Amino acid sequence: MSWEAAGHILHMAIRSGTPLLLGAVGEIYAQRSGVMNLGLEGIMLVGAITGFATTLATGQVWLGFIAACLAGLALALIHAFTSVSLYANQVVSGLALAMLGLGLSSLMGRAYVGQPMPYRLLPTPVPGLADLPVVGPAFFDQDPIVYLALAIALVAWFVLYRTRWGIMVRAVGDDPASADAMGVDVYAVRYACVAFGGAMSGLAGAYLSLVYTPAWFEGMTAGRGWIAFALVIFALWDPLKAILGAYLFGATEALQYFLQTSLGLSAPLLGMIPYAATILAMLVAVSETLRRRVGAPAALGKPYIREERVL
Amino acid sequence: MAPEKAPAQLGRPPLVRMIGITKRFPGVVANDRVDFELRAGEVHALLGENGAGKTTLMNILYGLYRPDEGRILVEGREVHIRGPRDAIELGIGMVHQHFRLVPTLTVAENIALSLREAGFFLPAKKVEPLIEEVANYYGLEVDPGAHIWQLSVGERQRVEILKLLIRDARILILDEPTTVLTPKERDELFKVMRKLAYEGRGIVFITHKLDEVFRVADRVTVLRKGRVVASSLPTSSVTPAQLARLMVGYELKPRPRMHPGRLGRVVLEVRELSALNDRGFMAVKGVSFQVRKGEIFGIAGVAGNGQRELVEVIVGLRKPASGRVLIDGVDVTGRSPAHLASMGVAFIPEDRARYGVVPDLSVAENLILRVYRERRFRHGLFLDLQAVREWSEKLVAEFGIATPDVDTPAGSLSGGNVQRLILARELSTRPRLLVASHPTHGLDVAATEYIRSLLLEQKEKGVAILLVSEDLDEIMELSDRIAVMREGRIVGVLGAAEADLETIGLMMSKG
Amino acid sequence: MRLPFGLRLERRLEEEGWLKLAVPICSIVLALALASGVFAAHGLNPALVYGTVFSRLLGTHTGLAFLVIKSIPLLLCAAGLVLAFRARVWNIGAEGQLLLGSVAAAGLALFVLPDAPACLLIPLMFLAGFLAGAAWALLPAVLKAKLNVDEVITTLMMNYIAYKLVEYLIYGPWRGKATWGFPFTDIIPANAQLPLIPGTSIHWPTLLLALAAAGAMFVLLERTSLGYEVKVYGGNPDLARAVGMRPGKIILICMLISGGLAGLAGVGELAGVHKRLKYPWTISGGYGFTAIIVAWLARLNPLACVLTATFMGALLAAGSMMRASFNVPYASVSVFNGLILLCLVAGEVLLRYRVKLVFYRREEEGAGP
Repeated sequence: MSWEAAGHILHMAIRSGTPLLLGAVGEIYAQRSGVMNLGLEGIMLVGAITGFATTLATGQVWLGFIAACLAGLALALIHAFTSVSLYANQVVSGLALAMLGLGLSSLMGRAYVGQPMPYRLLPTPVPGLADLPVVGPAFFDQDPIVYLALAIALVAWFVLYRTRWGIMVRAVGDDPASADAMGVDVYAVRYACVAFGGAMSGLAGAYLSLVYTPAWFEGMTAGRGWIAFALVIFALWDPLKAILGAYLFGATEALQYFLQTSLGLSAPLLGMIPYAATILAMLVAVSETLRRRVGAPAALGKPYIREERVL
Repeated sequence: MAPEKAPAQLGRPPLVRMIGITKRFPGVVANDRVDFELRAGEVHALLGENGAGKTTLMNILYGLYRPDEGRILVEGREVHIRGPRDAIELGIGMVHQHFRLVPTLTVAENIALSLREAGFFLPAKKVEPLIEEVANYYGLEVDPGAHIWQLSVGERQRVEILKLLIRDARILILDEPTTVLTPKERDELFKVMRKLAYEGRGIVFITHKLDEVFRVADRVTVLRKGRVVASSLPTSSVTPAQLARLMVGYELKPRPRMHPGRLGRVVLEVRELSALNDRGFMAVKGVSFQVRKGEIFGIAGVAGNGQRELVEVIVGLRKPASGRVLIDGVDVTGRSPAHLASMGVAFIPEDRARYGVVPDLSVAENLILRVYRERRFRHGLFLDLQAVREWSEKLVAEFGIATPDVDTPAGSLSGGNVQRLILARELSTRPRLLVASHPTHGLDVAATEYIRSLLLEQKEKGVAILLVSEDLDEIMELSDRIAVMREGRIVGVLGAAEADLETIGLMMSKG
Repeated sequence: MRLPFGLRLERRLEEEGWLKLAVPICSIVLALALASGVFAAHGLNPALVYGTVFSRLLGTHTGLAFLVIKSIPLLLCAAGLVLAFRARVWNIGAEGQLLLGSVAAAGLALFVLPDAPACLLIPLMFLAGFLAGAAWALLPAVLKAKLNVDEVITTLMMNYIAYKLVEYLIYGPWRGKATWGFPFTDIIPANAQLPLIPGTSIHWPTLLLALAAAGAMFVLLERTSLGYEVKVYGGNPDLARAVGMRPGKIILICMLISGGLAGLAGVGELAGVHKRLKYPWTISGGYGFTAIIVAWLARLNPLACVLTATFMGALLAAGSMMRASFNVPYASVSVFNGLILLCLVAGEVLLRYRVKLVFYRREEEGAGP
C-alpha cells in the first residue's frame, strides 16, 4: 500500500468517523447523566432528512444543520420525558424512538428520494498544514463539520471533567440521590443531557445527507446510530477516547472500500466489517472495564425517584 | 462529660420550629402532628427507636420530603421548603445515615458541587484551599484529591460535615452519626459538635442510643411510633431509665439468659481466610474461628472492617484470596452458593433490598426459592403448584408473615414482613449453619424482638449461628462467644460472661 | 418563576386489575390518533386511509388471510422474546435470527436435499431453521453469559451481519439461474413449499407451530422449574445467583430458544410466503422489531401474544395496503410501531403510580433571605 493510499484511507476514516463521533459525544453526556438512549438510529435519520429538506428549501446548508439539531433535540426530549419523568424502561423507550424516527424519516423523505443536493459544504484546507504529506490532507483538508465535531468533543471533555456542569452531570449519573440531596436538579440535568445527545445525533444525520453522501434515501444511516451507542461503551464514557474510537471505526469503513477495489472482495462480505468490529469493540470495552475498574455510570438505566421508601 | 454551654441565647426566636408536622406513607403515618424546636447554641437530641419517625421529620426539614400537614418556621419566619436547595439556602445542612457523597468524584468535587460560589470553571481547584482551612480549624483532616470510594467510613463522615461547615450551615442535622464510628472517633465527633454549638449553631442529633444523649446533648425530644412523647427535655432533668420507658412505652426487662447448653461438634471452621474487597484491597486478613452446633457466635465491629466480605466468602458469593472454609469438616472453599446451600448453609443477608426477595414474584414463589428443586414440589419436569401453595401457606402461618394471601407480590410487604419471609425461606431448609448479617437492621421493636427470639430458638434446636451485627447490645444479648473484627482481623474472642461494653469498645478502636 | 401547580407521582400499593387492560388499549388508541396527525401533516386524509384499509383488511377473505400471514412470524418471534425479556435478556436480534432460519431452509431445499419428499424435507427445514436461528443467537449469548457484554448492541450488529450475509448469497454463490438478472435465488422445489390452507395463502404448518410455541412458552414459564428460574433471575439477578441459580445457563437457554423460534419464523417466510431468498429486508420485513412490540403489548404473557400478534399483524398488513393504495412508504408502519410502543411505555407509569395534581400556596416563592 502506497503512502498516498494510506493518506486516502486516513482521510476517509476521519470523514466516516465524524458522524459517529458526534453521536457518541452526545450519548456520552446522556449516559453520564444516567439515561441510555437507544433511539440514536432514528434520531440520526430524522436529522438527515430534516437537514436535507431544509437545505433544499432555503438554499443554506447551515440552516439545514441547525434544523437537524433542533429536530434531534425535540425527538430526544420525548425519550427524556418517558425515561426521566415517567420512569419508563429505557431500553424499550429508546427502541420505540428508533422505530418512530425510522418511520417519520421515511414518511418525510418520500419526496426527496433521488433528489440531487446542489448546495455543498466545501472542504476548507488549513493553510500550510494541509500540504503536509499523508497527514496533511487527512487532518487539515476536511470540511468544517469535521473540525466542528473535533472541537465539540474537546470542549465536551473539558466541560465534563473541569467545570461545574460536568461535575453535576457525573454526580447525577453516579449517585442521583446524593446529587439531589446536594441541591442538584437531577431531572433538569438529565433532560439537558438527553436533549444534547439528540441534537448531536441530529447533526450527525445531517452530515450524512448533506456532506458525506450527499443524498437522501431510506435507512441511510445503515446502523451508525447503534454503532455510535457501542462507541460510547468502547470509549469508556470519555469524549477524548471517543475521538480515537470514532476514527478507528471510520477506518473500518474506509478499509472496506480499499479492500474491495484493491483485492476485489465481495462488497456485502466486506460490508460486515464495521458491524463485526463493533462486536469486537464491545469485547475490548468489557475487558478494559474490568481491568481499570472504571465502569458505566452507576445509575445508568435506573430511573431516579425521590420519595422512594427503602425496604 | 459536662457539655459546654453557648453564650446565652435568650430573647431570640428559636432557630427552627416545626409545628403540627404530619407525613403519611402508604400504610403508615410516619409523623403524627409532631412539634419540634431547636435553639441556637444547643445540641438537641431526637431520640427514638428504629421506625419512630426521626429521620422522616428531619428529611422534611431538609426538603427531601414534603409534609402532608404542618408548618415550619426558621428564625421566626414561616418558610416552604420544596427541596434540598431551599433548605441549603436557609442554612440547613444534613448528614444522613447513608452518606450522600458521589463515590466516583473526589472530595473537592463533591464539596464544589454543593457550593455555588465555587463558580463554573475548575471549581474543584478553587475549593481546595477552603477545604484545608476549615478542615484544619475543626480538626477534620481529609485529602481533597481523594476519590470518595477510597475513603474509610469515618473519613467520609468528615467530608460530609466539612460540606456543611464550608457552606456555613447554621442548622446541622446529624442522623445516627455514631453507628459507623469507633468509640474513639465518636468522642472526637462529640467534641466537634460541642464546638459548633458553642459558636451559636443549632445541632439536631438523631440517635437511638441513650448514653450518647447524655454525653453530648443539651435537650432531648423523644418520638415513638410517629408521635412526640416528650418534648425538649433538658438532659440534666431526666434519667436514662425514664427516657428508655418513653422510647419503648414499657419497662425493658432484661432477657433471661439462656443456658449455654451442650455444645456440639464444630460446624463451621474458618482457617486463615483472606479476601479482597470490590476495589481490590485486602478486606479480610487471615481470619480464623470456629462455630459449633447449638452456639451463637457473634462478630462485633463497625461496618466496613471486612465483615461483609467475610460473610460473602462463607456463603459462596465471593472467592477468597487464600485460606479455607470447612463445613462439618468438608472443605468448601471457593464453592458456589448452590453447593453451600446443599451443604446446609442458610443466609440472612444484610442488604435486604439487593439479596432479599424478588419483588415482582408472589410470596409463595419467593418462599420456595431454596427448595424448588426438591422432589416433593415436582412432577418430573413440572412444578407441583398445589404443593407449593400448601407449603407456602404453612410457612406464612408459622412465621406470622402479614400478607393478604400467598399470591401477593413480595414487593408490597413491609420491611419487617420481608425479613420474616427471608427467615422463613432460609430456615425452611433446616440448615446446619445460619449466617445472619445485621438481621434486625431498620426494623421496628416488635419485628426485632421476634427475630431475636427466633435466633435463640434455632440455637436451641442445634443450629450453628454466625451473627454479624453493628448493634453491640444485640451481639451481647444473643451470643455465646463474641469476636471483634477490626480492619480485616479478629482482634479477640470473648466468652459471653467476660464480655462487656468497655472491653469490646476498646478492642474495636485503634491502639 | 415557578408554576402555581404541579403533578406528582405517588407509588401505588397494589396493581389495579382493570388498568392492566386499559393501559395497552388506550396506548393503541392514542398512538393511532397521533399517527393520523402525522399522516395529515403529509397531505393524507387519515379518515380515508383508515377507512379504506380497515374495510379491505377485515371485510374481505384475502384481507383476513393477509392479516394471518403477517401475524404468524410475529407470534413465533414474540413467544421467544417473551421468554428472553422475562429474564431481562434483551434480544433485539430476532430479525437476523429469522433470516438465518430462511437461509438454512433455502440451503437445504435448493442444494442439499432438493429431491427429498415433502414429509421429510419440510420437518428437516424447520429443524434446520431452528438450529440456525439458535446458532445466530449463540455468539451474543455467550458474550453476555461469560463476559457480561451488553446483548442489545451485539444482537443488533448480528442483524446487520445477517443482512449482509443474505446479500452476499443472493448476489453471489446462490444467485438463481432463472431470475432475469434480479438478485434472487431460484424458486425452491415444490416439495419444499409449505402446504397452504385451501383457498388462501396461509401456510398452516407455521401457524400451528406459532400457536404451539405460545402455549409451550406459557407452560415453560408457569409450570416448570426452568421457567421459575427465568422469572427469579429476571426479577433479582443478585438473589438468583445467591441461591445458586446459574445465570449463564439461563441466559443461554433463553437466547437459544428465542433465536430458534425466530428461525422457525424464517423458515415459514421462505417456504410459505416468498419461496425464494430475496433482498433481506423483504423477507424479514421488520418482524423482529415488531415482535418486540407484540411481546411488550402482551405484558410479557405468552398467551396474550396471540391477541397482540394478531393486532400487530393487522397493522403490518394495513401498512402494505397503504403502500399499495396511497403510495406511502412501507417503513412508515414504523411510525405506528414507534408511537404504540412509546405510548405503551409511557402509560405503564400509571400501573405503578397514581398521578396527583398538587397546588402550591401563594406565599411560596422559595426561601427568602
